[in-house]
Amino acid sequence: MKVTKLALLVGLTALVPTLSQAGTLEDVVKEGVLKCGVSTGIPGFSAADSKGVWQGLDVDFCKSVASAVLGDASKVKYFPLTAKERFTALQSGEIDVLSRATTWTATRDTSLGLNFAGVNYYDGQGFLVSKKLGVTSAKELDGATFCIQAGTTTELNLTDYFKSQGMEYKAVTYDTSGQTIDGFKSGRCDAVTSDRSQLAGLRIKLDDPKSAVLLPETISKEPLGPVVRQGDDAWFNIVRWTMFATIEAEELGVSSSNVDEMLKSPNPGIKRLLGVTGKTGEDLGLKNDWAYQIVKQVGNYEESYDKHVGKDSPIEIERSYNKLWNDGGLMYPMPVR
Amino acid sequence: MATYTMKEAKPAPSTNKGVIFWLRENLFPDVKNTLLTLAGLYFLYTILPPLLNWMIFDATWSGSKEDIVNSGARWIFIVEKFDQFIYGFYPEALHWRPNLVAIICILFVFSFKYIKSIKVKIAGIILFPIVCYILISGGVFGLETVPTEKWGGLMLTILVAAVGIVASFPIGIVLALGRQSDMPILRTLCIGFIEFVRGVPLITILFMASVLLPLFFHDGIEFDKLLRALIGITLFQAAYIAEVIRGGLQAIPKGQYEASEALGLSYWQGMILIILPQALKISIPNLVGSFISLFKDTTLVLIIGLFDILAMVTLTNSDTNWLGFEVEGYVFVTIIYWVFCFSMSQYSKSIERKFNTEH
Repeated sequence: MKVTKLALLVGLTALVPTLSQAGTLEDVVKEGVLKCGVSTGIPGFSAADSKGVWQGLDVDFCKSVASAVLGDASKVKYFPLTAKERFTALQSGEIDVLSRATTWTATRDTSLGLNFAGVNYYDGQGFLVSKKLGVTSAKELDGATFCIQAGTTTELNLTDYFKSQGMEYKAVTYDTSGQTIDGFKSGRCDAVTSDRSQLAGLRIKLDDPKSAVLLPETISKEPLGPVVRQGDDAWFNIVRWTMFATIEAEELGVSSSNVDEMLKSPNPGIKRLLGVTGKTGEDLGLKNDWAYQIVKQVGNYEESYDKHVGKDSPIEIERSYNKLWNDGGLMYPMPVR
Repeated sequence: MATYTMKEAKPAPSTNKGVIFWLRENLFPDVKNTLLTLAGLYFLYTILPPLLNWMIFDATWSGSKEDIVNSGARWIFIVEKFDQFIYGFYPEALHWRPNLVAIICILFVFSFKYIKSIKVKIAGIILFPIVCYILISGGVFGLETVPTEKWGGLMLTILVAAVGIVASFPIGIVLALGRQSDMPILRTLCIGFIEFVRGVPLITILFMASVLLPLFFHDGIEFDKLLRALIGITLFQAAYIAEVIRGGLQAIPKGQYEASEALGLSYWQGMILIILPQALKISIPNLVGSFISLFKDTTLVLIIGLFDILAMVTLTNSDTNWLGFEVEGYVFVTIIYWVFCFSMSQYSKSIERKFNTEH
């Protein structure tokens, strides 16, 4: 009896990804609201401000999709999801798009019945070191003492990196991430290591944030991006090109402040992006001013980045890998044409 | 003739009264206790001053984040995020609705003991949740609808606990009676349910409700996440209540059951008029114990992405403008939890006194 029940459960769970609905676009238009999965609080990516309004890079992405599809950035219903729930919420149709600092991996892309629409933030494991060490590169960290959380992948990455560089480190091991930071705070170690976006948040929690620096090296790949259900290509296209449009707008110098003037720009690239010429919007199943609405209501990638994680935000994460391709970064939007 | 005049009573010797006497009797009666007292005093001496300094004297109560100079608690974080701690995402203009519910709730709880008429009591019990639901959720009588994902903070904590307590109680009674029933199928079902639910942790049930259930209700049917969690918590709590009440039922002497039968009462009459009033009275301390633990267990809803007051601490701490205020948040939540749990246990004591028929 128990076995049959269990088998039934497993069977149903396995069945679900294949059930994914087509016609997400129609559903969103019909309901007039985009259901967007966000985190339950990741600084700079999705968090509520003092007014209870969701803010962050991932939240801006939800707004961008809503602007493109519905022409109104405010028509988003946010679903705060924990890391464990996020994929089920997408599979079951509770949300239309998952924008929750989710790392793109082969397993998630294939076995879960999901598709990653792209990468809107290149994260990776970095180093936060005490300024008085006088170090500017991770390669100078030979013999340094690290505060480490026991049994994490971060620890394994660190060991790998130091081995490959032929260096050694001393470890002070802690059980929780909080203790690890406290260890660093109290000067038990010279450096801590974690995902760069997290280290930036940790840094400003220090009594004097200026006493620590984030080193330029990144030793692991954590490409974060929006996710949709597999099997709805039209919707996948919309989400993917929404992402490209925000980056393309930055590349073309179109921002929320100048987008109206840019409508008159002679630049054919800008004309195509903003829907003055061409019919990319129609081909996506949207209005031709879809990208105009994104830039007008939410802004381009640079604006979102600077506001939430970059230089205008308290966590001040350097663009580094998230710079445009022609500026030495990895952000390479496919041409909107 | 010698007359006897009453002498005025002498005051007790100074060694047998007053502060010194009390101190000697209670704190320094012998060497062992003296040592314990000194150790206790030393402990307080090391703990209290820094704690009070941090919490009160060196704390920052107002102003903006930028001009914090004191080394103590930065309560401005709580001030800034207070509305979120209490109401979650509930629209600010509509805060009067949960407030009104809170007032009704307090009045209801305190007046309940003094209502004599059983009919008024029952009407109250039935009407009260309906009124609360309408006020908080809206959608009728021109009240603006507030969807459940906007509910949060202390409001959600109390709501989940209250629904869990109120709904699980009758289910628990039925389960307890079912477990003692003579009907084999009913009894087996009840035992099966109780033992199954008690055999799994609450966290599993919540995960099941939030992760597995939506997969079964595929395509179009949307089942509110909060409602799923509430059903899970209620069923979980009902199994525990059932066992607490069974304890009460078993403590009633067999003579009482026989007496009710001898009086010609039916099963339900006997139960309602004779057995249950006694069994529930015995169970009050245990019932309140499990209600208090439910109140604290509700915080597990944070793992399924509902923002109870504890989850609100995490969320408000991920606001980039207010990073690094966890300690203040957790201390604040600790105080709130203590106030509520302590009030519940005091209320239970007052009920126990009211129902106390022993002389």
